[in-house]
Formats: sequence, C-alpha cells, structure tokens
Amino acid sequence: MAARRLADLRTEQLSVNIGPQHPSTHGVFRMNVTLDGETIVALKPVVGYLHRNHEKLAEKMTYLGSMPYTDRLDYLTSMTNNWAYALAVEKLAGIEVPERAEYIRVIMAELTRLVNHCLLVGFLTNDLGCFFTPVLYAFREREKILDVFEDVSGSRMMCNYVRFGGVRVDMSAEALDETRRIVAAFPAFLDEFEKLLAENEILIQRCQNVGILPAPLAINASITGPMLRASGVNYDIRKVDKYGVYDRFSWRVPLGTVGDVYDRYYVRVLEMRESVKILEQALAQIPEGPVSNPKVNRMLKPPQGDAYARIEGPKGELGFYLVSDKSRNPYRYKVRPPSFINLTILEDMCIGHKVADAVVILGSVDIVLGEVDR
Amino acid sequence: MDAAERVRERILAAVPGAEIEVVAGVQPSLRVDPAHLVAAVKFVKDDPDYRMDMCTCVSGVDYPDSGVIEIVYHFYSVEKRLGPMILRTCVPREEARCECPSLTPLYRGAEFQEREIFDLFGVRFTGHPDLRRILMWDGFVGHPMRKDYVPEDQDSLEDMEVAVRPEDTIN
Repeated sequence: MAARRLADLRTEQLSVNIGPQHPSTHGVFRMNVTLDGETIVALKPVVGYLHRNHEKLAEKMTYLGSMPYTDRLDYLTSMTNNWAYALAVEKLAGIEVPERAEYIRVIMAELTRLVNHCLLVGFLTNDLGCFFTPVLYAFREREKILDVFEDVSGSRMMCNYVRFGGVRVDMSAEALDETRRIVAAFPAFLDEFEKLLAENEILIQRCQNVGILPAPLAINASITGPMLRASGVNYDIRKVDKYGVYDRFSWRVPLGTVGDVYDRYYVRVLEMRESVKILEQALAQIPEGPVSNPKVNRMLKPPQGDAYARIEGPKGELGFYLVSDKSRNPYRYKVRPPSFINLTILEDMCIGHKVADAVVILGSVDIVLGEVDR
Repeated sequence: MDAAERVRERILAAVPGAEIEVVAGVQPSLRVDPAHLVAAVKFVKDDPDYRMDMCTCVSGVDYPDSGVIEIVYHFYSVEKRLGPMILRTCVPREEARCECPSLTPLYRGAEFQEREIFDLFGVRFTGHPDLRRILMWDGFVGHPMRKDYVPEDQDSLEDMEVAVRPEDTIN
C-alpha cells in the first residue's frame, strides 16, 4: 500500500535562486540552480549587479587617470591590479623601469598574494560553516601587511601606488624593516593556520573529491592561477613570462593532483610559503636607486598601436589590452579579469553535487565581484 | 615562436583561400577574414608547433570611422609555453550584418567573453551555445561600449521599463 502511494507521487525539478543578497556568494552574485532532489542538475551564474562600465570610463580619462580605478577592480589586490595596468602601458609606450622599483613591485605583489590567499582560506572555511574564526586569524595577519601598504602608499586598500615607469614614492628603510619582520614571522602563522585546518576532518570530508576540475577542461576554459595549478597544470606566468625581476628568485610552483576543492585550498597554502621565499630574497637583494622614470610625462601619449600585458595575479591571469590612437586617452582599454573567466566552468564543477557543495566550490574559485562585473 | 609572416604562410597553406594580413606593432598580429577565422584558429590550436590551447583574452574594439568592429583574440600555448599569438577579425558594425563565427565550440574560455562582446558591442556570435546579455540586464536597449552610444539621462532611469523573463523571477 505504502509503495503504491509513493509511486503515485509526482516529482519535478526545483529551481532555486541563490543570491544576489546571500553571504556565501561573496558579493552581489546570483546562481540560478536547478535541483533534482538535492542534487544540482544545472547552474547558471548571473553577474552584472556591480557593472559600472569601467572600460568605457577609462576611455574618457588619461592613461594615468585610470590608475586609481584599477584599484577598484579586485579591491583586495589593488597593488597587482596597478602593476598589470602599468605593465600594459609600459609595453605600449616603451617605458623603462628602474631596478629598485621592480623590486618594490615584486614585494608589493607578493604581500598582496599573502593577503589574498589568507583571506580566501578564511572565507572558504566560512562557507564550510566554520563561522569567522579562521577569517579573523587571517585578518590579524592582513592588518600587519595593510599597515605596510598604508605606510608606502597612504591607503590600506585602494593603494594607487604603481606608476608608469616605477612606483609613486620610495619605500623607506623603516617600511622595509617592518616588511622583513612580517615576512620573518609569517611562516609561524602559516604553520598554525595549516595545523588548524589542513588535517581537519570536516574540511577534508567537505572538500576532497568535491568540484573536480580536470586539467584539459581547465586549459580549454582559460582557467588560470591557483585553480589551474590545483588541477595539476604547471603554468605560472611569473615563471613563463618572467616579467619584472621574477627570474632572479628561486622558488617552486605548487601543483595539485586531483583538482578538487581541497587541492585548490592547499595549493594556496603552499603558494603562500613560496611567496614568503620570494619576499625573503627580494628583501635581501633590493638595490638602492631611483624608483621612477623621470622621462614619463603625466600627459602620456603612447604611439599608435596596441599591446596586451598580463601578470600572475593572486586570482589568476590579470591582463590589460590597450589600443592607442596617439591621444591622451586610451582608444580602447580592456581588462582580462581572472575571476570573471574562472566562473565559466562553475556549472561543470557543481553538477552532481549538493547545494551546500556549490557554495564551497564557488568559494574555492575565489571571485571578487568588483572584478567580475567591472 | 615563429614570426607573424611565417605563421601567416603556414595558416595559408592549411586554410586555402583565407585572406590574412600581418599587422605590425609592439606585438605583431594577423588579421583573418571572418569566413576563415574558425579554420585558421583550428589550425593554430591543433598544429604540433603552436598548440595554442588557451584562448586567453577576447576583446572587441569599435571603429565607427571604418564601419567595423574588430575582435582581437589572444592565444597562448600552455603546453609549449608560447604566446601570445594574436589573431583579429573585422566584422561590419551595422546591426543587420554584425555577425562573427563563435570560437566557443573550440574554446570554452571564449564563452563568457563572447557574451560580453555581444552585450557591450552587439556582435552576434554564430554558433555560440548560450548567447545572452551578461553584464547589462535583458531588455536593455543598445550596446554601451560602442563609440556612438549615448548614455541615458540619469534622471529618467527610474522610468525605464525593465523586462523580466519568467525564469528569472524569484519564487
């Protein structure tokens, strides 16, 4: 009797809307999820809530005028955004950068990577339900680094520090010493952070074999950064392009094996350790000298043409494509945002998992909506 | 990697009839006609010397004076660590003929980027599996990245009709 009644029951797929106002979407991001029972059968990301047409705004401004705007793309990593944009303009206009400035850029970029990866690990555990304790550990370390950013650039988050042909002001000896102290103390924090989480039973249960991204799909879908390396692809733009002075440091590229959420978490932990290595070497080698190129005019007019430059941002390949028509404003200014393109395969990773897993998978992609929507 | 001229010759040998010209610059590139774009891309993707397995960046550039929208593709090879190989193609910018073959069947990475160009420039990518607006809302009229786009009056924003598709309504 009971069996017959069960068979008579009609079942249907359920469409659930997650976001845009939801703490686990990391901002104003929406997922249209179709569920069969609790299993995801389709997931469509909906973005654009924060769209302000950054690229159009840049066409109306001078090259230098866009620099503060790049801070607002991925507002956790303004230093690397500045650097990527400066690199594109330097390529377009053929500007040389003094050696000390290159070192300062590397130091700032690696500190930014520490900040970003720390926070990502913290927020990932938030998504797992471990509410805010690891994030606050991460924030404690981030504060120290933000103090250095404030010291050199005057701002904690919107640094606007890098300039075409160098950086805005030199790093003082005190700031360098403070950075050395932070870098020296960082491995102890990483040990603690890793001990707290890496072998945690709940983290392993929730993350291993969840949201697997196979390497061929990752490459085909233009996935870059820690996500690509977690899938076992050895591709780090710092090694491939050797921009700046990255060829002078010895460090390794951590790789994952399975490409699941756990690998994406652990690759970031290991990357922080490599960043510490790079920082130690950069802080030891940094030469004296000028930090800006005196030939760069405020009203820069690059020659006609186009250029694409990219860096290994904390979230992946951050590229800028610029077209110049010899005027003071870029004719076309295009951002290649890593978090936007890394979202392409969110559906592929989530299909077959539960809704709670989709939240974790999204957390492991590492998006910032300021950059996704531009 | 080979110089642009050499790449051009090799593509021409593999894709007869293609119109390809070298565009000089800081990063030399090749301009391919839209009809042969997919074949040319397929060649550089599969060729053992190039293996351009990642379509990193797809950009649209509007040139109202020439009446075209140019789509610029930046390819990198993760396998061989080469790149960038830059291909570009020009499509007419008038609404009726503004079409370009989609690379999404070859590269998943082009999916969102082509949707973005469709949204902001109005280029229809033929063969794209899911060509919808991505940054602007459905029902938005116009393509804001075009050079001749006139921004709407801020004061009249409240009165604009926003179409809501049934599948987007919140249950």
